[in-house]
Amino acid sequence: MELGSATIQEIRAGIASGKTTATAVAEQHYARIAAEDGPSGKGINSFLALSRERAMAQAAKIDALAAKGEPLPPLAGVPVGIKDVLAMKGSPATAGSKILQGYKPPYDATAVTRLESAGAVLLGKLNCDEFAMGSSNENSAYGPVRNPRALDRVPGGSSGGSAAAVAAGFAVASLGSDTGGSIRQPAAFCGVVGVLPTYGRVSRFGLIAFASSLDRVGPFATNVRDAATMLSVIAGQDAKDATSSDRPVGDYVGALAKPVKGLRIGVPAEYFGEGLDAEIRAAIERALDGLRAAGCVVKTIALPHTRYAIPTYYVIATAEASANLSRFDGVRFGLRAAENAGSQTLSAMYRETRDQGFGAEVKRRILLGTYALSAGYYDAYYRKAQQVRTLLTRDFLAAFAQVDAIVAPITPTPPWKLGEKTADPLQMYLEDIYSVAASLAGICGMCVPCGETKAGLPIGVQIMGPHFNEETMFRVALSIETAQR
Amino acid sequence: MADVAGVTMDEVLRVAELANLDLTTEELPHMQRDLNAILGHIAQLNELDTAGVPAMAQVGEMLGAEIESTGASLRADAVRPSLERAAVMDSAPESDGRFFKVPKVIER
Repeated sequence: MELGSATIQEIRAGIASGKTTATAVAEQHYARIAAEDGPSGKGINSFLALSRERAMAQAAKIDALAAKGEPLPPLAGVPVGIKDVLAMKGSPATAGSKILQGYKPPYDATAVTRLESAGAVLLGKLNCDEFAMGSSNENSAYGPVRNPRALDRVPGGSSGGSAAAVAAGFAVASLGSDTGGSIRQPAAFCGVVGVLPTYGRVSRFGLIAFASSLDRVGPFATNVRDAATMLSVIAGQDAKDATSSDRPVGDYVGALAKPVKGLRIGVPAEYFGEGLDAEIRAAIERALDGLRAAGCVVKTIALPHTRYAIPTYYVIATAEASANLSRFDGVRFGLRAAENAGSQTLSAMYRETRDQGFGAEVKRRILLGTYALSAGYYDAYYRKAQQVRTLLTRDFLAAFAQVDAIVAPITPTPPWKLGEKTADPLQMYLEDIYSVAASLAGICGMCVPCGETKAGLPIGVQIMGPHFNEETMFRVALSIETAQR
Repeated sequence: MADVAGVTMDEVLRVAELANLDLTTEELPHMQRDLNAILGHIAQLNELDTAGVPAMAQVGEMLGAEIESTGASLRADAVRPSLERAAVMDSAPESDGRFFKVPKVIER
């Protein structure tokens, strides 16, 4: 079995037939991480912590099942990495921040529990932008992640480690989180598949909160079928997340067998304007040609409020973040600034801890969010943004009355060089232009590779589907993926 | 929308205080510049007439979900096992095993 190309199905079948063992598969992946992830290898820096003991115990359990000839669960022996914003009992959870240094949650996130119950082997925790705030993984307090496809370039963010680990063959699949594009954009930059499930489809319990009305947990994989398998395991209602939906979970893998012939595909004119890289535009047009050839009806649609998505997003996300991140104050977990411990007052301890613990981007967003929520500005910023969020959502509801899925770019440019865009935060925010509208509307979306630039950099295409209709989205993605081969 | 011509240094300091952030003298001018640039971009929202448009706080409400107000979907209000106290207190920077310890609260 070759690392980096084995699918979930192949690993499970290999273990069931005795050709390999879960233990051997886990050891192979750990060996590759040891050889390549650190500074003496390729310096990808995707893993922040390894959970070897837990992984090998789980692998032994799977091998015991296989030895007895018992049926194997859907992710039996599949090595998976977890973004460091999700709780894994006994492993560090830093959220890429100094303020959580040393914190080990005493519980598992629901998505983590579900993966392990389905047989997955949890390899460890993956690097990300601090508190999932960033588009390049350069905001991690533990150093940037390098793009395995081009080591001098960013992997995207904020789930940069989750995308890079899968692209590098360190893990067969991974979990990320997406608040404004943090799964779909790094998937595009690293040439892998990334899924943003409908808001409410996957429990957020155990996810360190950034913006609660936007945060979603979703999978990365090397191919559409594996991504669908991962989602079907983690999806479903959870008593520990009141916003998780009681709607039945679809048969995402089964849906892949249905042809796409006759599906109506919308192409939003607003996503193909100035600023879109010519090679990305051409690759997406080729993908659309492929869908036409497969019998889809491709038509131009309008999402008229698209240009307001970024300002709306950066008000709502930062406002929610300013409230969520108030819990990091040096009392219950992580860092406490203690230089002046003897003479320190409580409020000084709060401020010193937060000043030392948070990085510049997190402080910037807390300030912006606090400003938008402060007396005298609430209606002008926060309420206004919530109203425009309604308009953006109505755009999608109207579009999905006419089409079954929407195909669009996910990034305006290919991955840029490390350090190239760190000086100007607004310019970095504008990179999110094609991802934040789906986040605000709560619809499902995903990114699937659709070629590469002349320089060999990956290009991804975004597929968006109506709320709770991941099945159609996966079918379109599979058709695009198949046409690449 | 509010005056976007400029967030003053006094406002940056006030917001930092509200957010419990101590900013260094090097950080302050950068934050002021960045806030003004971002708020300038956000001012585009003024172009839209949103009179009569409802504010959206959650995705569910756009899908016609009824706001559940009777508590029917909540679990019974009964004591259930929770996390072990020792495991939780272990994460605290300072604790006596039962309580979180903090510096003195009352300031003169």
